[in-house]
Amino acid sequence: MNQAVIHVEHDPALPRRPLDAWKAGLVLVALILALPVLVVFAHLFLPATDVWQHMRETVLRDYVVNSLLLMLGVGVGVLLIGIPAAWLVSLCEFPGRRLFQWALLLPLAMPAYIIAYTYTGMLDFPGPVQTQLREWFGWGYGDYWFPEIRSLGGAMVMLSLVLYPYVYLLARAAFLEQSVCVLEVSRTLGNGPWAGFMRVALPLARPAIITGLSLALMETLADYGTVAYFGIPTFTTGIFRTWFGMGDPGAAAQLAGVLMTFVFVLIVLERWSRRRARFHHTSSRYTQLPRYHLKGWRRAAALFVCILPVALGFLLPATQLTVWAVGTTDEWMNTEFLRLTWNSLSLAAIAALLAVALALFMAYGQRLRPSWTNAVAVRVAGMGYAIPGTVIAVGVMLPFAWLDNTVDGWMRASFGISTGLLLSGTLVALIFAYCVRFLAVSLQTVEAALGKIKPSMDDAARSLGMPPNRVLRHVHMPIMRGSLLTALLLVFVDVLKELPATLILRPFNFNTLAVRTFELASDERLADAASAALAIVIAGIIPVILLSRTISRSRPGHDTAA
Amino acid sequence: MTPLLEVDNVDVAYGSTAVVHQVNLELRKGLIGCLLGPSGCGKTTLLRAIAGFEPVAAGEIRLNGEPVSRPGWTTPPERRQVGMVFQDFALFPHLNVAENIAFGIRHLPARDRDTRVRELLELVGLPSYGRSYPHALSGGQQQRIALARAMAPRPRLLLLDEPFSSMDVELREDLAREVRRILKQEQITAILVTHDQMEAFAMADRIGVVNAGRILQWDTAYNLYHRPAERFVADFIGQGKLLPGTVLNDHQVETELGIITGLVPEGCGVGAPVDVLVRPDDIRPDDQSHISGEVLDKAFRGASFLYTLRLASGGKVLCFAPSHDNFAVGERIGLKLAFNHLVIFPR
Repeated sequence: MNQAVIHVEHDPALPRRPLDAWKAGLVLVALILALPVLVVFAHLFLPATDVWQHMRETVLRDYVVNSLLLMLGVGVGVLLIGIPAAWLVSLCEFPGRRLFQWALLLPLAMPAYIIAYTYTGMLDFPGPVQTQLREWFGWGYGDYWFPEIRSLGGAMVMLSLVLYPYVYLLARAAFLEQSVCVLEVSRTLGNGPWAGFMRVALPLARPAIITGLSLALMETLADYGTVAYFGIPTFTTGIFRTWFGMGDPGAAAQLAGVLMTFVFVLIVLERWSRRRARFHHTSSRYTQLPRYHLKGWRRAAALFVCILPVALGFLLPATQLTVWAVGTTDEWMNTEFLRLTWNSLSLAAIAALLAVALALFMAYGQRLRPSWTNAVAVRVAGMGYAIPGTVIAVGVMLPFAWLDNTVDGWMRASFGISTGLLLSGTLVALIFAYCVRFLAVSLQTVEAALGKIKPSMDDAARSLGMPPNRVLRHVHMPIMRGSLLTALLLVFVDVLKELPATLILRPFNFNTLAVRTFELASDERLADAASAALAIVIAGIIPVILLSRTISRSRPGHDTAA
Repeated sequence: MTPLLEVDNVDVAYGSTAVVHQVNLELRKGLIGCLLGPSGCGKTTLLRAIAGFEPVAAGEIRLNGEPVSRPGWTTPPERRQVGMVFQDFALFPHLNVAENIAFGIRHLPARDRDTRVRELLELVGLPSYGRSYPHALSGGQQQRIALARAMAPRPRLLLLDEPFSSMDVELREDLAREVRRILKQEQITAILVTHDQMEAFAMADRIGVVNAGRILQWDTAYNLYHRPAERFVADFIGQGKLLPGTVLNDHQVETELGIITGLVPEGCGVGAPVDVLVRPDDIRPDDQSHISGEVLDKAFRGASFLYTLRLASGGKVLCFAPSHDNFAVGERIGLKLAFNHLVIFPR
């Protein structure tokens, strides 16, 4: 190394190595994106406030117990729905199997808070179900018992109905990847379908199922809309209550920190099972396994197992929403609805463009300068997806508010001008939070697409006289146009559905479809909320279609028609 | 006149492991050089260092006398005017053939650009393919387009990284000769990297045999075969076996096969133990001869058989014999020597 320095000094004509802008930029962007998580994490080590003390003595236990119970219930629920459905569509043959393969993904389009209020509207006392029952049997108020949907049990069912696709997706992929050999060996050894499932298929798919389960549980912890609407005290509702009810952002951040440690346990679980999954690949012969042809009662049972989640998780609530929306056309066909839609769409578009641009920058930077620091920077930047929106909102709000106050104070002291709120309470804060939360979505898509472009493409372009930043624009971006569009769409729809961070960070009087849906539903104006909710659900179907198409294309040896 | 390319005591390292050691080579304008060696010997790494994709850990690389690589400084590939043809061709899938070729001459006025593209398509024998997309071409066609694309900006030096390795074996030599014709016609200086000596012989004016990150000999094909400087070169180029012998005087070596006459290099004193390189064409079958070998193995080569023979001492030699003398495995055959020159390595 010394020699090199001497060399350069002896020859001043030789240009010096330029400052590595990619590396510096990468680390800087990663640090900024990690700021919310770091802020929340740091609050765990700050001295406890009075409110925190008070909470520990009173409500914290409820938060922990309810969150754990919810996770337990949803965990059991998604496994019971997801695994049998996945096994039936991948290893059995029955009418409608191909349709169910992707129809079972539809509930992914249904945000939990929307399904929660839709079922409330259907099942509560004045709803159509109870009204019908009263009519048939002549019951009056208090004459009969009916399950209360707005309860912990209700929340478990609601969340299970929309989160089971995570388990279904990963379990199905695992069942399909199991080689013909292993399952055929199991059949020749006298294992019937049931024994084959319990003794071979299920144990082999376990790592994938655990991954799906931990994703579903992360979403459960992140949920705010459902538990808030049902009035269940959990971490996310607790954070809202502490901040806005008790006015103690510090305690809210500490609560968020505790929630984040729960999430980290799940991340570790997920990573661990993913690593183990690699050892579970049995052989590379992935030809289509002959399916079990189901007949008679078995066929009926299979149909029932597949229809039920699709019907309850998507068809029924979507129909109810449509009925409401049609019935209230006069109410919502107005400029207010147009403005909401415009707000949502423009916000989602800006966030999606920004998230994809950042993902491109990070993924390409790592490709140009593969290094340990850059790899860590990229991972850190993509961490936000596991973190609940509530936690990110708290982590964005605290430093931004501090910055605003500092700038304002300094400007007032120096120039007598008040700058007010520059960042917090503006769209900047909101869009930043979206980037933190959803960068992982665009990053994953962009990284996968970039990984498929051979390094010789970069080399070829450079040997033809093109510098790296232009190679990205003229070679990589046109080649991965499809994936870039997919990434844009995925982030776009995620932002459209996002509720808790938007609720906390939106500027005063600024509403989106998701926020309006939630507010109207909370005011018990269920039918009025339907149009906005339906718009979100329809947008949510797009990524479901994309997802099922990618899956069917990525397994050419398997199901050509998914 | 300074050579076009000078590689001066260059080391290239990945992390702390050096994969290219102390390499020296020079290439004059208009010549085609070749780096020949087994896979993993560092030849591609050296090529990538010349292209500017890998930094050097020691030494210096100069183009037209101007330093482009030295420790701590690497002129980026896009500023070297060094073209490259890649093993997988690396044609841009989103551009058609004409656009691919025009990629490196974007800055030219449209008319000059079109003229150059047409000229190159003509040169590589694919004049009507401008509007095709790479995926619609055969491997050989893709390869010629990749060559045209790399030549379009008239690079000072053209590098070819195993350009024929994805081709059918039967096609390789023909393609190599075809590429040589194109390069010579355009008077392009080039370096080819390959592990296939037939390709190297068909294409290159100068060949460097590379092993374990070093260039062992930088010479013509004829000299590499007939005057190998090192045991590895003798073993790697062509076929042959080493047979122990003793130096008798400055022009004779005694071996089990008899006394072989030729130039004994200085430094081998009388009585020194040496190894003599015996090529299959250095021995002929001869019924009259008192020296014989037992046929261990035979391979039919059409016009001739290649026999592996075991001598009385257990030493092995190879022998080409016309295919009408069909000896059986286990049979003993008489041998006569037909050495043109002597290649010996001190033991």
